[in-house]
Amino acid sequence: MDLTFSEPELAFRDELRAWFAEHEPGREPQGDEDAHYAWRRDFQRELARDGWAAVHWPPEYGGRGATLTQSAIFFEELGRSGAPLPANVLGLLLAGPTIMTWGTPEQKERYLTPILTAEEIWCQGFSEPDAGSDLASLKTRAVKDGDEWVVTGQKVWTSGAQYSKWCMLVARTDAEVPKHKGLTYFLMDMEQEAVQVRPLRQITGESEFNELFIDGARIPDENVLGGVGNGWKVALTTLMNERAGLAFFLQVRLRQLLDRVIGEAAARGLLEDPVVADRLGELHLKAEVLRLTAYRGLTAIEKYGQPGPEGSLTKWMWSETNQQLSQFAADLLGPEALVAGSRWSYELLRARGNSIEGGTTEVLKNIVAERVLGLPKAR
Amino acid sequence: MDFDLTEDQKEIKGVARELLAARSPMAKVREAALAGRYDEALWREIVQLGWPGIAVPEQHGGQGLGAVELAVLLEELGYACAATPLLSSAVAAAVIAAAGSDEQRARWLPGLIAGEIRAGVGSAELIADGDGAEVVVLVDDDDGARLLVAPECEPLVLIDPTRRFGRLPGGRDGAAGGEGEPLGADAADRVRSAVAAEVVGVCQRALEMTVAYVKERRQFGVPVGSFQAVAHRCAEMLRHTESARSTAYHAAWAADAEPQRLPEAAALAAAAAAAGGREVAAGAIQAHGGIGFTWEADVHWLYKRAEVDRALLGGVKRHHAALARAAAERVAVTAG
Repeated sequence: MDLTFSEPELAFRDELRAWFAEHEPGREPQGDEDAHYAWRRDFQRELARDGWAAVHWPPEYGGRGATLTQSAIFFEELGRSGAPLPANVLGLLLAGPTIMTWGTPEQKERYLTPILTAEEIWCQGFSEPDAGSDLASLKTRAVKDGDEWVVTGQKVWTSGAQYSKWCMLVARTDAEVPKHKGLTYFLMDMEQEAVQVRPLRQITGESEFNELFIDGARIPDENVLGGVGNGWKVALTTLMNERAGLAFFLQVRLRQLLDRVIGEAAARGLLEDPVVADRLGELHLKAEVLRLTAYRGLTAIEKYGQPGPEGSLTKWMWSETNQQLSQFAADLLGPEALVAGSRWSYELLRARGNSIEGGTTEVLKNIVAERVLGLPKAR
Repeated sequence: MDFDLTEDQKEIKGVARELLAARSPMAKVREAALAGRYDEALWREIVQLGWPGIAVPEQHGGQGLGAVELAVLLEELGYACAATPLLSSAVAAAVIAAAGSDEQRARWLPGLIAGEIRAGVGSAELIADGDGAEVVVLVDDDDGARLLVAPECEPLVLIDPTRRFGRLPGGRDGAAGGEGEPLGADAADRVRSAVAAEVVGVCQRALEMTVAYVKERRQFGVPVGSFQAVAHRCAEMLRHTESARSTAYHAAWAADAEPQRLPEAAALAAAAAAAGGREVAAGAIQAHGGIGFTWEADVHWLYKRAEVDRALLGGVKRHHAALARAAAERVAVTAG
């Protein structure tokens, strides 16, 4: 057991810190979503120029072949520096690794580099209005027509769709077989009339997410990823990559938010208030438990190739803690935290999505119960 | 970064698990609890194996291992809920070895390791094995610690009959005199880290017993573990168990490897264990249903151990307060 970074890990961190010190992301644009997006895209290009955009990718695809720990360090430092998540985060974390696992040499050649440089942005077309937690029941259909597929259906919660060139699309290609077996994973060009993007207004008032209306979109056969009928397996590769690196980014952002709450409490002379101290102490504990448990999970994957029982817990722990933290801020600051458009009111509302996006807490508990504890399938 | 036990530490844990499963199954725990006595045969065997001296350097007659090895051993002690004075003996020995003077080491370590001297560990109000202890590692409210020699504790009969307890004459007031020999600054944190490690084992056992039970027990024609209300509580129990484990191992590691991190690490471990022990053991009783409320079901031993360990840890409030201070200091340091 050694909870310090090794020499190579420290060297990696120091090189990265030096880079971040020289590359200020600039002021975060407020209020204008397009400007905000452009800010994130420009910063990814800067990262890519010096080989920092996808440290976990192998060197032949433009990454650094970083270990999981180095990758975690990257996201911790990214969070600490105040820089934004790269604009093409779904391409870097999800599409890229999925294409590396399942893609043909031609697909790897075609798609990977533009992901890295943010030339082509990716979105994820998995969830549907009637297929959320029960993803395999999705209804979007793809029908073969010559050497093309014709796709019809509706997707929802596609973040960044309005900026995307490509969509990781899972559609049903065979309705005759059991539901997991009839799915195929496509790389769909978003730039066609048959794909309509409609922004979905969230409880925060902003539109991070979209609905996708697909009415006869065409996808060439060569854009099938991992084979016809193999879509569920390919989608699982995407889903398994979903939280690996992000956990460390989120963990650091949680810490930064906690630090800000502490600053607010100190400014009001409330740090010694026993009720405030009790809740702050508990939140600090939860943030540290999250960090330590995430590192334990990392060690398990590095040593044994798979996460231990702790690996399934971090997303759920993060979402709950982030929600409690933003509610605590509302209690601490009173009506001031509820002013429409303020930073704290945004945090309070945005946090409600945390326990829904990327797997609801209820589904995560089912997964823990079934796969970690070996309980019978839940009813 | 390697947040995992070493092969040797896993070996120690495995051996302890096996030995305690063979020598101290729940039937034995129950027997000792009903008799109000420790399992003397088990204790003799434990002493022969050198467990009380696990975290004592070889020059003082110990095994020359560290706080992590002590933690995994205590975790297994908690898992078995074994009725022995190992917690107080091993923790007192480890604390005297790490935070005591040469004189104190020479005076106490040989007898503690040989199982000839009975030690107590705790605070003025609650001392594990305080009754009849010849030497007590006493943690004060201000996080200081002292070594009390023959303090003549009053016996205290608590809900956990698998362990003996005592308190200073007069309880809290008895601490006021400040007698005794001061121990090094990290003594209190070492005690907390060790008790937290025991709670990890209590949680693990309560969770395993519960999972086994809800797979087996059928109502409405199906195993009750297939109901989400039950399954989700089990998932919560796992979360508390793993939270306690992450923080307990972190504290044990810090005790030897990065002592400057120990005060905060010990507070994290204590707070997580105090909260987790209660939640998990209470969840075990609930998930066992009516059976869980009976004397025969054995989960109550774990709940009782968890509640008393929580008190030994000093509850959660003081640790939350310490953690709030630690978090505020971090912010101040970053800002400065």
